Amino acid sequence: MTTWRSSAVELGKAFRNRSVKVADVVTSLWLHHDQVEPSVKSYLTTFQSETMAQAQVLDAQFDRGETLPLLAGIPIAIKDNIHVQGVPTTCASQILKGFIPPFNATVTDRLQAQQVIVTGKTNLDEFAMGSSTENSSFHTSLNPWDTSRVPGGSSGGSAAAVAAGQAVVSLGSDTGGSIRQPAAFCGVVGMKPTYGRVSRYGLVAFASSLDQIGPFSRTVEDAALVLEAISGFDAHDATSSPRLSESYYSSLKPTVAGLKIGVPKELFGSEIDPGVKAQVVAALDLLKANGATWEEIAMPSLKEAVTTYYIIAPAEASANLSRFDGVRYGYRDGGADNLRDMFRQSRGGGFGPEVKRRIIIGTYVLSSGYYDAYYTKAQKLRSLIVRDFAHAFQKYDVIMTPTTPSVAFKLGEHEANPLAMYLADIATIPVNMAGLPAISVPCGLDQGLPVGLQIIGPAFGDQQILNVAAGFQELSQFPTRFQSPLMRSTQ
Amino acid sequence: MTIDSSEPKGESGLASSTAFHPGEATVKQIHYEVVIGIEVHAQLKTNTKLFCGCSTQFGDRPNTNVCPVCLGMPGALPVLNRRAVEYAIMAGLALDCDVRNTSVFSRKNYFYPDLPKGYQISQFDQPICLGGHLDIVVDGVKKRIGITRIHMEEDAGKLIHQGSDTIAGATHSHVDLNRACTPLIEIVSEPDIRTAQEARLYVEGLRQRLVYLGICDGNMDEGSLRADINVSLRPVGTEPFGTRTETKNVNSFRSIERAIHSEIARQTQLLTAGERIVQQTRQYDEATQTTRVLRDKEESHDYRYFPEPDLYPLVVTSEWIDTIRAALPELPEAKATRYRDAGLSDFEIDVVLNEPETSQYLDQCIGAGAVPKDAAKWVVGDLNSLLKETKQSFKESKVTPDGLVQLLGLIQSGKLSGKMAKEVLEKCVQTGQSPDAIVSASGATQISDTGELVVVVDRILDANPDVVEKVKNGKTNSADFLMGQVMKETKGRAKPDLVRSLILECIARR
Ligand SMILES: [Zn+2]
Repeated sequence: MTTWRSSAVELGKAFRNRSVKVADVVTSLWLHHDQVEPSVKSYLTTFQSETMAQAQVLDAQFDRGETLPLLAGIPIAIKDNIHVQGVPTTCASQILKGFIPPFNATVTDRLQAQQVIVTGKTNLDEFAMGSSTENSSFHTSLNPWDTSRVPGGSSGGSAAAVAAGQAVVSLGSDTGGSIRQPAAFCGVVGMKPTYGRVSRYGLVAFASSLDQIGPFSRTVEDAALVLEAISGFDAHDATSSPRLSESYYSSLKPTVAGLKIGVPKELFGSEIDPGVKAQVVAALDLLKANGATWEEIAMPSLKEAVTTYYIIAPAEASANLSRFDGVRYGYRDGGADNLRDMFRQSRGGGFGPEVKRRIIIGTYVLSSGYYDAYYTKAQKLRSLIVRDFAHAFQKYDVIMTPTTPSVAFKLGEHEANPLAMYLADIATIPVNMAGLPAISVPCGLDQGLPVGLQIIGPAFGDQQILNVAAGFQELSQFPTRFQSPLMRSTQ
Repeated sequence: MTIDSSEPKGESGLASSTAFHPGEATVKQIHYEVVIGIEVHAQLKTNTKLFCGCSTQFGDRPNTNVCPVCLGMPGALPVLNRRAVEYAIMAGLALDCDVRNTSVFSRKNYFYPDLPKGYQISQFDQPICLGGHLDIVVDGVKKRIGITRIHMEEDAGKLIHQGSDTIAGATHSHVDLNRACTPLIEIVSEPDIRTAQEARLYVEGLRQRLVYLGICDGNMDEGSLRADINVSLRPVGTEPFGTRTETKNVNSFRSIERAIHSEIARQTQLLTAGERIVQQTRQYDEATQTTRVLRDKEESHDYRYFPEPDLYPLVVTSEWIDTIRAALPELPEAKATRYRDAGLSDFEIDVVLNEPETSQYLDQCIGAGAVPKDAAKWVVGDLNSLLKETKQSFKESKVTPDGLVQLLGLIQSGKLSGKMAKEVLEKCVQTGQSPDAIVSASGATQISDTGELVVVVDRILDANPDVVEKVKNGKTNSADFLMGQVMKETKGRAKPDLVRSLILECIARR
């Protein structure tokens, strides 16, 4: 049985005409999972027995001919920094030890209303800080294309699970590229919606002004389907947009002809590996051959985006992570004999090194005497990035870049040099700084490893970039052309 | 050298001392001017908290009015309570502030067990209101106290220590987060206050205004209103401020005065001894009536304020401000002017304005047709004492404003004497019956019918010819005896001034 290989759209149709049972999909998915999980380690928790029971109920409903939501019965994995009520949220950190959220994230609520099957909680870099899952305090997930390499991060588990066939779709969160970069590394579709399009309620905050939840999938249609389910205004999130959400899936219209594409030269020079660049040029030329035009443009502020990001994101994170103090939940060091030491030892023992590094950076840039030199300046640069994009979108329908400067790197490759790791997000970070929607789709292979093409749209142009991605999918047939070895492995 | 600084001359705004200056041959008298600025924290009387839907009810079981947001759970997000914003705007308008169209919430970062998120959401460099004032009357002279700003913030929770009053000595401490995230406004005064009395009048004035607006219950015992008091001294005639201390969370009017007296005395003593004042945060201790140090400036936090990314800047449209302005209730100052114009005495005005419900009661009486001065006499006097005796408030008084107006009518028409009215009122307060009902049940109205009274007067005069003679011979005092007889005969119901004139008339006719 290979039904677990199907897309959500295909499964939905098969469930409705009863050619496939939900229980069969779930059973075959777990069989496959058991085979590949030891080499990928996508998950931190799985809900095998719960999903089997749920599948039975859904099949009974389908058998009775009930009209169920489009995502009913679709196996979906959720990054372990998004709350599912009643099961632990770890953020891959020791400091959340024993914490079980008493509430659902809004996205979880919306997915459960669609009667999805939540397969489990996936691995990530601790508190979503990292680009490889190597900062997880539990284990490192591995790339389904080459298990000596990282799957990317921070949503590496969610990307790997979809690439390895351990879930049909999944959710990640993206603060500086944490969905798009692992999607590129694992050869799947990953989308960061416009800031404010998807509620952040129930997502453990890393950098509040940048965080956004989005889908991983193997097809553009599935990404649209999931986004349609999770997006829209939420009264629990003051930064969620009151704009009406669109029916991204039913409105999906593959678009290539006549498309005007801008390619920032700041992200298309020597900072990009030649092998990656070649694949992206090939993709752009494929689009061009089908009626689109592309040209390089200057967006000078993008060069400052990484520096700006590593001031703003740690600043916000340093405050967001203050609540982990050992008082109300999570890890508390029992050895302290006064309050100050209890705080110090609990936080010192509970957080991993990368998280501490960012808390220290964030605390520093917000300190009196340094605030203007760092934080205020970073906010000014941020507005320049916003302006550069706005300017570009006056002329171009979409901006395209390589999603990452290189293909997936080896485990431990950047261990000694966190700054080199930070540069993995050079092309994705500017998008978060400007709050724009962007999607990464597989566009080729370099050294046998997937290369991602990033399509960036104007604010609330989520439908537009999905349409362009669908157009590219139609031309390149990437879902069938680029499948990880593990996806192909099971009988 | 002689030092006399134990008795601060606080009320004059001056603190004097005799100080010895090294290198000077003479002993020199230095007079210090006291400079006081006050930050008042007022809890807004919203039903729900500032950033979540939890109840703000005081005194409930610990940790029952809580949710993921006010517990600071990971993943929870704040959503601003619009009613709290409206209340903050009302405060700003009532204090003649400039209500800003855009204000910004920031995060104030520090660790403490009563602060669930590790930061307090508070307005910082862009508060909702700027620049206002409050006028106080000091010994009959009006004085204007400037208001620098009003900003909104969330409150912290409460710690209950076991085995000690402070966390330092406690064996363990309990955290109650019912109060966490309740809405506060902080009203910051200019350093315009010079005496403890002025400080008290200022805080009293603020409290009265907030209570009249209906945006704060003003209950200092429960911490709904608390003051941080900045005190510094400077030599009289000099411009620069002295080093100040801040005394935190003073929560009664008497404590405000005492804390200031104590702080003035302490600082005067230090300056006199040639020592420096250390910038400190201090705490007032009611038991010793002195302040003690909480922390030095060196220990003070770097709060690392930055704009709260979970909330966009707060935009208040001019239309919204206008709508709120139009709906503002009448404030104490305007009421006082109106009462004064209606002939109420300053004393009556003070009593009536002391609690909003008293003035509301009086206004209802006036609305129902009462002459303000007549109604005020009862509201301030007999009704006030009767309600106090029976532990009723004006709001839940068994004598409704309509009832009191009825009583005033009965007096006006002569059906009740003042004395009788008082008795009727007493019955009303006890039973809740209306004055009309009580009077018609007892039949005990005042006799003001001349024809009816003449019969009685004649009978009394007939029975006391000797007294009549005395009156005729100019001993008008003796008429009192006759009057007493008439009152006795009518069981006190006769209208006294009518009786007196009838007696004199009848005697004259004989
Ligand atoms: Zn709450």
